[in-house]
Amino acid sequence: MSLGSESYQLLSKIATNDQHGENSPYFDGWKAYEKNPFHPRKNPQGVIQMGLAENQLCFDLIEEWIKNNPKASICTPEGVCKFRDIANFQDYHGLPEFTSAMAKFMSKVRGGRVRFDPNRILMSGGATGANELIMFCLADPGDAFLVPTPYYPGFVRDLCWRTKVQLIPVHCDSSNNFKITREALEVAYKKAQENNINVKGLIITNPSNPLGTTLDKETLKSLITFINEKTIHLVCDEIYAATVFTSPSYVSVSEVVQEMKCNLDLIHVIYSLSKDLGFPGFRVGIVYSYNDQVVNCGRKMSSFGLVSSQTQYMLASMLSDEKFVDKFLLESSRRLLKRHDKFTKGLEEVEISRFPSNAGLFCWMNLKKLLKEETIEEELKLWHVIINEVKLNVSPGSSFNCSEVGWFRVCFANIDDETVEIALQRIRAFVGKETKKKIEVKRWQPNLSLSFTSTRFDENVLSPHNHIIISPHSPLVRAT
Amino acid sequence: MKLLSTKATCNSHGQDSSYFLGWQEYEKNPYDEVQNPKGIIQMGLAENQLSFDLLESWLAKNPDVAGFKRDGKSIFRELALFQDYHGLPSFKKALVDFMAEIRGNKVTFDPNHIVLTAGATSANETLMFCLAEQGEAFLLPTPYYPGFDRDLKWRTGVEIVPIQCTSTNNFQITESALQQAYEEAKNKNLKVKGVLVTNPSNPLGTTMSKSELNLLIDFIKDNKDMHLISDEIYSGTVFTSPSFISVMEILKERNDFKDFDADISERVHVVYSLSKDLGLPGFRVGAIYSENDMVVAAATKMSSFGLVSSQTQYLLSSMLGDKKFTKNYIFENQKRLKKRQKMLVNGLQKAGISCLETNNAGLFCWVDMRHLLNSNTFEAEMELWKKILFDVRLNISPGASCHCTEPGWFRVCFANMSEDTLNLAMKRLKDFVANSINGEGCSNNKKKTRSTQASRSFTKKSISNWVFRLSSRDHREQEER
Repeated sequence: MSLGSESYQLLSKIATNDQHGENSPYFDGWKAYEKNPFHPRKNPQGVIQMGLAENQLCFDLIEEWIKNNPKASICTPEGVCKFRDIANFQDYHGLPEFTSAMAKFMSKVRGGRVRFDPNRILMSGGATGANELIMFCLADPGDAFLVPTPYYPGFVRDLCWRTKVQLIPVHCDSSNNFKITREALEVAYKKAQENNINVKGLIITNPSNPLGTTLDKETLKSLITFINEKTIHLVCDEIYAATVFTSPSYVSVSEVVQEMKCNLDLIHVIYSLSKDLGFPGFRVGIVYSYNDQVVNCGRKMSSFGLVSSQTQYMLASMLSDEKFVDKFLLESSRRLLKRHDKFTKGLEEVEISRFPSNAGLFCWMNLKKLLKEETIEEELKLWHVIINEVKLNVSPGSSFNCSEVGWFRVCFANIDDETVEIALQRIRAFVGKETKKKIEVKRWQPNLSLSFTSTRFDENVLSPHNHIIISPHSPLVRAT
Repeated sequence: MKLLSTKATCNSHGQDSSYFLGWQEYEKNPYDEVQNPKGIIQMGLAENQLSFDLLESWLAKNPDVAGFKRDGKSIFRELALFQDYHGLPSFKKALVDFMAEIRGNKVTFDPNHIVLTAGATSANETLMFCLAEQGEAFLLPTPYYPGFDRDLKWRTGVEIVPIQCTSTNNFQITESALQQAYEEAKNKNLKVKGVLVTNPSNPLGTTMSKSELNLLIDFIKDNKDMHLISDEIYSGTVFTSPSFISVMEILKERNDFKDFDADISERVHVVYSLSKDLGLPGFRVGAIYSENDMVVAAATKMSSFGLVSSQTQYLLSSMLGDKKFTKNYIFENQKRLKKRQKMLVNGLQKAGISCLETNNAGLFCWVDMRHLLNSNTFEAEMELWKKILFDVRLNISPGASCHCTEPGWFRVCFANMSEDTLNLAMKRLKDFVANSINGEGCSNNKKKTRSTQASRSFTKKSISNWVFRLSSRDHREQEER
């Protein structure tokens, strides 16, 4: 086996550099989980996976639908008559019934306030493929996209790795609730210009990962104004659109451009079914562009990541069942809200503050008070403690390029109620222990800088240390 | 400032080529036995539609798979969540076993060395990203699959330098052609990162000989940073002798005989897909096989951009894991392909048209229509192609779209239509040729050379004659009989 410098000539730079991001220290959490995964019976001491933004709350609804709709599968006796046509179908325009059902679904998710044209829908290999595709269409190697912090770590791979596009962070922080200000945009844009970097656009995630919040109309309008002034693109990653579980209700970029003057050639939406429906395995990514040339070119590029026709066919059937979709969206929202409330209540009980959110599959937690110093090193130290001692895989804010230390993203929709409870118990135990360590021990600490959307204090919260009887080495309570 | 990227605004996706234009014309006027009997018959699509019934009957016998069930229990949730780019282990195992079976079990594949991708389209592009920098080149024997211009070059910036093959030896790769291509690349200041071959060949429909394969391995053996990619997506379509020899077999042989440089196996990579052998292009199942751990590692990460749908992996892991089924399928499928190819060859013969005599694989024939050209030029080939497209109403692929160096060759597919449709297509062709022999203004003399100017005006005239003749009512009636 030839290793070392010889191999590096043998393969390309892309193949041998680190831009895929997987050598990042942030994968330590995953590795710890993989070595020692939690299981309520088989491994109750294991690491609980709270670093995976998956939506596992509504599979029962989908399973029921599948059971009742055997024709949606090309493999069942009821559906096999379509097998050969579908198995043979590789047209990159997509199955017409699929693109049409997707357009309707996307519209429903936005409360019917926008209509989507099925002819503008391009398929891709998940949102991962979609984000890469849109970069290939909009930017040349060396060009840049502005991206507000904190942002999804996978963007480095998806937007930059093979495209050789660079990302320029637009700094947002908690002083104004991580708002994307005109000022911050201008600073980032100017910096790029000074360094002779050609900015081709701005990419935003709305609802935001990791913040779990939706953008207000005013902010969206100001972003659209900004990109129009600079004649740069706006790419809106809306993959969490249907995870909005409480007010304010979702406003998508497609709605806003209906209401204001905008060069539509600059507007592109990224979508996927991985988060809203919980289908990451099916690899359904969508690029929706208002720019004809992008649609034309992007369609040809979609050859590199078409959605399996078997999957297109099944989803066409499912998503065009309007009754089912309406019921699903409502129920999914309801369950997400319930799960969110359960988890955040638990955090409140130990006075862990979090960024108030109305969407997403996670919580943006603030553990600044547990840091010895407000530095990234201390954040990472705390993170390793959480992984290795508390045994929760959470994601540190620095992995999201957050400009402030002490934030952590914790996912709550990929585990069951029982596991949420165990996670909360571990957190309670840990925070109790940590608080004891501090020189000044207060029995009751006032809430920190952020306000909560729903603040219900249980009696128990008044004395947070009552039910924490733990030894430093076993922060676990047994699972039933 | 340019609004879009260079890639978005150039045409190196290659889709302005005639190969794709033919498709577009077909779409405007597609043949249908009942609805549009005068429409264009699609013979430009290398699809395998001959054996769906075998797949359908397997499905009927395996209802659990269809209902997302395993041992009666629903596994929908598991599948819906499964996005691990290492792929479903049971699927990879079933796939490599299938690949081995196609090769008569003369070689085995390690499932840990296979990377799943969204079709061979994605596999080929991914390999380019892994093995070459922008501006570097791969050598490809001509004629080659037109889609390579998009798959290998478009977003990667890699160049293709052709290895010119000719009909003098049935388009086999020769050492001199290989060297010539290498020199050409050097003269263009292009660093050659390797050779990519399709075996069995598209569009030739032939399998590569042992000596060709050894030639290629010898070539990369001496150039330490070169790779050999063998696109073997048609390996299951070999319907007659000589039997298929995979590059992996040659490597094994050389290893057995100690004629082996340990590192060569790290520089040979195989591309596979289920689009041709199983006739499932819609499912987007492609694969890269490599003994080079770094290539596997890099390609696996890149596969994130085009993973295979988990429900498809699951279905196929079950299907391909049924060894009784796969054995029978491979055998029966090849039998049907052989029969169908014979039909096409006979039909062409009746029209006085021959095809590559070494055709033993693929879903098409490489057809010799040089004698029907007005002149030995690509302009003449284009004219003939247009006549066949618009007047005979057959969409076939002209050799120029496959970068063939000799005008007059066409790829004609036979496995994507019913027997009746194939017969009709042959009849139309026969009538066309018969008329061309009787018609005015057509020269059978392929050796005559004319100046470009003269040939253009000449062929312009002959086109209008043909169009007039072929669109006359009389001719139509004749056709329909």
